[in-house]
Amino acid sequence: MSDNHSFRLATGGRLIDRAYQVPFRFDGRQMRGLEGDTLASALLANGQLMMGRSFKYHRPRGPIASGAEEPNALLGLGRGGRFEPNQRATTTPVVAGMVTSSQNCWPSLNADIGAVNNWLWRFFPAGFYYKTFMQPRGAWKHLFEPVIRRSAGLGKAPTEADPDKYEQAYGFADVVVVGGGIAGLAAARDAAAEGKQVLVLEQNPHWGGRTPTDHADGQGRVDALLAELRALPNVTLRRNTMATGLYDHGYLLAREALADHDPNQGIPRQRLWRIRAGHVITATGALERPLAFAGNDVPGVMLASAVRDFIGDYAVAPGRRIVVVTNNDDAYRTALAALDAGLEVPVVIDARSTADGDLPQAVRARGVRVLTGSGIAGVKGYRGVEAVKICDQTGSGDVRETVEADAVAMSGGWSPVVHLWSHCGGKLNWNADSVFFAPDPARPPLGADGKGMASATGAAAGDLRVAALTGAVQERSLLPVWVMPEHATRKARFKMWLDFQNDVKVSDVELAAQEGYESVEHTKRYTTLGMATDQGKVSNINGLAVLSKALSQAIPATGTTTFRPPYTPLTLGTIAGEARGEIFQPLRKTPMHDWNERHGAHWEPVGHWRRAYCYPKGGESHAAAVAREIRAVRASVGTLDASTLGKIIVKGPDAGKFLDMMYTNMMSTLPVGKCRYGLICSENGFLTDDGVAARLSDDTWLVHTTTGGADRIHGHFEDWLQCEWWDWKVYTANVTEQWAQVAVVGPQARTLLERLGGMDLSPEALPFMGWAEGELAGIPARVYRISFSGELSFEVAVPANRGLELWEKLHDLGRDLDVTPYGTEAMHVMRAEKGFIMIGDETDGTVIPQDLGLNWAISKKKADYIGKRAQERSHMTDPNRWKLVGLESLDGRVIPDGAYAVASGRNGNHQRNTQGRVTSTYFSPTLNKPIAMALVLNGPDRMGDILEFTNPGGEPVKARICDPVFYDKEGTRANG
Amino acid sequence: MAEALATITEIATPGMIQIRADLDRAGDAIAEAAGLAIPAQTRFSAAGDRWLGWMSPDELLLILPRADVAEAVAALNDALTGEHALVLDVSDMRAGFDVIGNGAGEALAKLAPVDFARLAGDGVRRTRLAQVSCAIWPVGGGYRVVGFRSVADYMRGLLQGAARPGTTLAPR
Repeated sequence: MSDNHSFRLATGGRLIDRAYQVPFRFDGRQMRGLEGDTLASALLANGQLMMGRSFKYHRPRGPIASGAEEPNALLGLGRGGRFEPNQRATTTPVVAGMVTSSQNCWPSLNADIGAVNNWLWRFFPAGFYYKTFMQPRGAWKHLFEPVIRRSAGLGKAPTEADPDKYEQAYGFADVVVVGGGIAGLAAARDAAAEGKQVLVLEQNPHWGGRTPTDHADGQGRVDALLAELRALPNVTLRRNTMATGLYDHGYLLAREALADHDPNQGIPRQRLWRIRAGHVITATGALERPLAFAGNDVPGVMLASAVRDFIGDYAVAPGRRIVVVTNNDDAYRTALAALDAGLEVPVVIDARSTADGDLPQAVRARGVRVLTGSGIAGVKGYRGVEAVKICDQTGSGDVRETVEADAVAMSGGWSPVVHLWSHCGGKLNWNADSVFFAPDPARPPLGADGKGMASATGAAAGDLRVAALTGAVQERSLLPVWVMPEHATRKARFKMWLDFQNDVKVSDVELAAQEGYESVEHTKRYTTLGMATDQGKVSNINGLAVLSKALSQAIPATGTTTFRPPYTPLTLGTIAGEARGEIFQPLRKTPMHDWNERHGAHWEPVGHWRRAYCYPKGGESHAAAVAREIRAVRASVGTLDASTLGKIIVKGPDAGKFLDMMYTNMMSTLPVGKCRYGLICSENGFLTDDGVAARLSDDTWLVHTTTGGADRIHGHFEDWLQCEWWDWKVYTANVTEQWAQVAVVGPQARTLLERLGGMDLSPEALPFMGWAEGELAGIPARVYRISFSGELSFEVAVPANRGLELWEKLHDLGRDLDVTPYGTEAMHVMRAEKGFIMIGDETDGTVIPQDLGLNWAISKKKADYIGKRAQERSHMTDPNRWKLVGLESLDGRVIPDGAYAVASGRNGNHQRNTQGRVTSTYFSPTLNKPIAMALVLNGPDRMGDILEFTNPGGEPVKARICDPVFYDKEGTRANG
Repeated sequence: MAEALATITEIATPGMIQIRADLDRAGDAIAEAAGLAIPAQTRFSAAGDRWLGWMSPDELLLILPRADVAEAVAALNDALTGEHALVLDVSDMRAGFDVIGNGAGEALAKLAPVDFARLAGDGVRRTRLAQVSCAIWPVGGGYRVVGFRSVADYMRGLLQGAARPGTTLAPR
């Protein structure tokens, strides 16, 4: 077996504590790590180099990186509701008792059947899915996609609810420094010296970035800076906090890990910070690039920086004989680190023709062979490195010699991390000398003041060595190497990985270019380069360099793909934050909510409110409860909790003029003490709300809206007042919640209210469509005599805190009258029996009042109202618009809601032609038969015609067109 | 177990009067009738059992004992005679909570986009608590949060969750 090369070194390890062993499980096997280990270092220490399988070919994969950029070592973490897929082993601290599992393999990591794809690589070129599954059309949805979905996908989605808590928090700072490496810490110190409030965010648990690992006295330098910062009252240092995205106006999102892998502390697992930053300094460092040589994905081939991180930070070695392959001086640090740890470095392969900088010389001085002008022609081994074949870099891959090795440390140079800088529009320059894209300080992301809201520093700005702070030695320039060797054969290019997670190779990008792809964004999507969970952190630059070469153009002409948040994946839990369970949404409760609940209310959500749909008694069905409630109302008296109705005060010298514009009918002529029903339309003429307005005084109206319309209509009013008629003297106030409102309805309504005492509610004192103010049972009340049921009806509004008192009094005093609480469904049925329309039933955003026969509520005298001109457009005045009628079912069946009336013939889509649609349909307990309303072509002119309505899964329903007023056509009942 | 960041207590909502008017023109008359100085933008003025807060460029909120509401509404209407103004008793549409304790600001910072470190002792914010609107201002030992009555249970749930023991925002 060749996958047991990695091991724990006897000494060293900056971040581990050998005194504390940490047991954990991987794929069912018991393993031991050390306190401070990441999962990756702990697995390596246990000889487990192979940590996953690639996405497309199921190739065995080990980690290639040591940080957030890792594309390969993705594990499933935890169990049950805490299971989380695609967790990077390189950034996940190992915790005692942790249960981890490998992904994208079946039946096991070692014997994965999907690896057969690996031998079929010729059949999975770029754009494979597009090319293969084009025909026949239906096959993609029904055949290919389900099969591919089952075999594809890295991690599995968890199936249980997440038991952990999450929270969000708002943060503010003059300066936010992203990155707690040495450059970030120094930037924080400088900003703090200017008196700014400074917040420093570091994604790792440790400060200092690469400096402690890469520079002799690095730890000392970092510690000194930290000590300085900790003493400053205006600096906040926050570890384990990953800045995920930068948005307009200096809005920065960051995820703080609080109890990520120790969920039993009872505190939130993660916290999403929503930060308003005066200025953001990106000190996000740089990421090392792989080299594209054949076999660069074999487990044991790692980034040079990762190899020395594992050695230096965790005292784990990926192998005993480590070959270094590079195009720059920096990678020689890995050779030195390996030698210092007692490992063998048989050879350093350098693509450059000369390598005589300080670092290469130091390596030579340790007796290591340095082969310049050389490259790797191939890697021997499948599950682990066995040997490396060496060739000339400028050749086509003729093998000069083969060196036995069990690990390869590769370095293709470094790329500044420019994500945050780019998220909000910061531009990049291609630096041909250093061979990377770096932020252009002249074109930063702009803030509201037109000035840069972000700046970059340190390696993130292109200063890779940050020599002023680290004291790093000079390095000689690197050689751009995008393919190794330069003239590699076609066959070799099929084995050179660019995107490790998505299995995109040099050959795929070249094929895309050959097929005509020029845009880097199109190539990305065609080849899936950079589209995996790592978002191409290690692959992007190599990929676009290969594309540029294939297109024979310079790299800046190709450009980068767009950097989008989040920097690393964000758990959905942090985005939901506290919004789950009981507080998922604000649930609005009326003053009578608890009473309704105690009396068995079945709830109907209306907006954020909960309204009683009906009040079933005992084992009563909802339909039976509704029927009983309606009969009780029509026979005696019932009460409806109407507190949710919108109530908006409109006051001012121009209030009448304003309401005349808002409503289709005249509100300015309404006498004080009276009520009037009105319609509100959108600018396009469509009916959006209705309700009763009452004139309270000379300059004050109280406007009732629908329950769901209160906030929307208040906003509509304010929109016109603030944006269009800002000089009109009108104040509005949404006082919906100030009042509890009870509809007291039925022939005995007056009798019941009179028992409360305090107001004269006789027809003379309070006629239909009038309102009066006074006290009922000692409670201040406003009583509106309006009816939505056709019965004698009073709506009583009292201060909300006394609503329950009124409600209970009504029920106490009305026992002998069989006073019955009724819900929204009884209200709906009763209004339909009377042919009253309901916003949302008879209207759907495409219906104008004229469609509903409401012309009587549209003023002919007014010069204008919102929607008037729209209603004069030809389409709105078309006599063929469907119009409201009633329907009588011929065979006693209730017509299905929303059913269409069919017409002869078929339309251009081969569908039946239609001539009408059901808008409301109920069984009427009052009339003991089904009733319905519908919008029908020329409906009002076709009384008595029979229509046939669709009925999915059953026989069509035939119905006769009739007047929509089914009950009490003369309207006498409202008079009691 | 650590202590909660703050204690959450629902208050019996006092009287509240919404006042809208041109504050430049009518400020003196309102101040006289309310018995308090007109507060500066985003501030409140208070004396005895009365509190007057800035809500918007043409809106104030007067808080006072419930028993005094009717008289104050009448006094304000009198004072604003001839002005385009709106004076409304809104005492019943509100719910309020006191969030008291050393971590009160931290708990609220999880729910309201407010920089509590920079909120003046007489500062008031008309803002939101997660998904609902509210006003927040400092009171002895913490903050008072006033929102709408229909969502009182939601607000209580939010505040208790945000103040859960061990959830300090301090860096760790």
